[in-house]
Amino acid sequence: MTLETLNIGKANLEIFSATVMELAEKDRDILVVTSDSRGSGKLIPYGEKFPEQIVEVGIAEQNLVGVAAGLASAGKNVFAVSPACFLTTRALEQIKNDVAYSNQPVTLVGISAGVSYGALGTTHFSIHDVAVLRAINNIQIVVPADNFEAREAVLAASKTSIPIFLKFGKKNMPDLPRMEEKFEIGKASVICKGIEVAFIACGETVAPAYEAARMLESKGISAEVISMHTIHPLDKNTITELAKRCKAIVTVEEHSVSGGLGEACASLLMQERIFVPFKIVGFPDEDIIAGSQTEMFNYYGISGEGLAETAMKLL
Amino acid sequence: MNKYTDLELQKKSVTYRKALLKYIKIANAGHTGGSLSCTDILNVLYNDVLNVSPENFSDKNRDRYIQSKGHTVEALYVVLAEQGFFPETDLETLCKFQSKYVGHPTRKVNGIEFNTGALGHGLSISAGIALASKKDNAGYRVFTLLGDGELAEGSNWEAAMMASHHKLDNLVAILDHNTLQITGRNRDVCSPYPIDEKFKAFGWSVISIDGNSIPELRETFTTLPLESGKPTLIIANTIKGKGVSYMEDVAKWHHGVPTDEQYKLAMEELDHQYAELEDLKVI
Repeated sequence: MTLETLNIGKANLEIFSATVMELAEKDRDILVVTSDSRGSGKLIPYGEKFPEQIVEVGIAEQNLVGVAAGLASAGKNVFAVSPACFLTTRALEQIKNDVAYSNQPVTLVGISAGVSYGALGTTHFSIHDVAVLRAINNIQIVVPADNFEAREAVLAASKTSIPIFLKFGKKNMPDLPRMEEKFEIGKASVICKGIEVAFIACGETVAPAYEAARMLESKGISAEVISMHTIHPLDKNTITELAKRCKAIVTVEEHSVSGGLGEACASLLMQERIFVPFKIVGFPDEDIIAGSQTEMFNYYGISGEGLAETAMKLL
Repeated sequence: MNKYTDLELQKKSVTYRKALLKYIKIANAGHTGGSLSCTDILNVLYNDVLNVSPENFSDKNRDRYIQSKGHTVEALYVVLAEQGFFPETDLETLCKFQSKYVGHPTRKVNGIEFNTGALGHGLSISAGIALASKKDNAGYRVFTLLGDGELAEGSNWEAAMMASHHKLDNLVAILDHNTLQITGRNRDVCSPYPIDEKFKAFGWSVISIDGNSIPELRETFTTLPLESGKPTLIIANTIKGKGVSYMEDVAKWHHGVPTDEQYKLAMEELDHQYAELEDLKVI
């Protein structure tokens, strides 16, 4: 089998806004709450079409989340939209108490996530979001890798009774192949099967992992690529099964190497007493160099070439 | 026609104060001073204002009460127990290992709408619920109790700005203005004053009343909203530790627990107040 090159689809945020528009058409309890973020959230057409189903709170993320929790408690199906960097840090206490602890089924939509803002610098990076949210009880964390997962995640979020965080970047996403056209929160998607090394990636890093698998294939090395779109709750079975049958695991995330997907996998495998060559690829614990997202990915080894090299070193 | 006379509510306040002191004493923990200052406010809300009861607590159109100053939960617990949300004897487990009656409001306790306790959250939550009521033309109102020390939390001002922008005249914030926070006088810690002018500048309608006066509280709640299209702030001027003279207006009773001797004195004083109210009835 030869791994195909990928076609480029739309930005996941465009899929989010199109999907939430579909939902709002059918359900007047759907509400989008924004913090002066309807433009960057691709929600201007939504706001024009459903002026009664969008709530603007201004640049005030704490209030955004508190208001969203209040609306949800009163029966509204709420999508609270704000740049992930501000949403998950400025409003962390509201997420912890008003949403998670108070068990209000708000969908928190972190937009322009990871290093999407690239050259804008560290204030605008959200490479901590998964780590802080993982430590909070009662919140699902979903990082879709392509348009299919984005749409399915929004649909799932509209139905779940458990608080949920969706993480979306800015760039146009590739249409990934997958072994099964199915999406379920908490169940990883297999992008391609392999036997020697497995890349466990999420969001915008699945494409470079896939690219690495293609490069390794040309060298005769078979790599599996997993889209671990749900980081909490973690698909433990898929991870342990992979670690048992592959010679090495590389985790990849647009996130700090501290506290994210990689450490979640490492913790699981260590406690299950499954010992396998293992590497976490993400942003190191240092002052991060700014640039375009692609430049940053290349610099920090989140690229086809970088990941193929990391895998080769482990094998 | 009111269900209770002023005198009956005044007697209830004394009963609530005795009960909350009893459970704070058993727990050897609690926010005593603030619970005593807001007792009359909760009394009037639950007995005279809110259309909330154990029977209608799942009704979508019930009024909502959100206690933003969550630490004075002991006052709320005793009022909810008296309203029939749970047996008062449950409060013997207050702050004990594995009890759901923890030191801040939690939805695990019947009658409580939201988990609060971190300051500066209640006004945003309340604004969200008030907005939902507006969207649904449901007509229910949202009442939230703020602390004066709590006003230093910036999120209150985010919510204040947004609530007036969205014309939430079904939102009523009641400030338990006892002028003391854990360190001392609000004005000395980090002055929130002038509170009325600040809220007015944020687009609110504001009234200042005696927050320990049952008749004044009752009268004020009949005049809401103070202005159509504006959220209301009731500055309820209260006395921290109200009802127990040695606790009144003394910051250290913020979360002080009385000794056995002090407890006895407090109960005697409250019993005396109750007896005086009984005498009034006779007259």
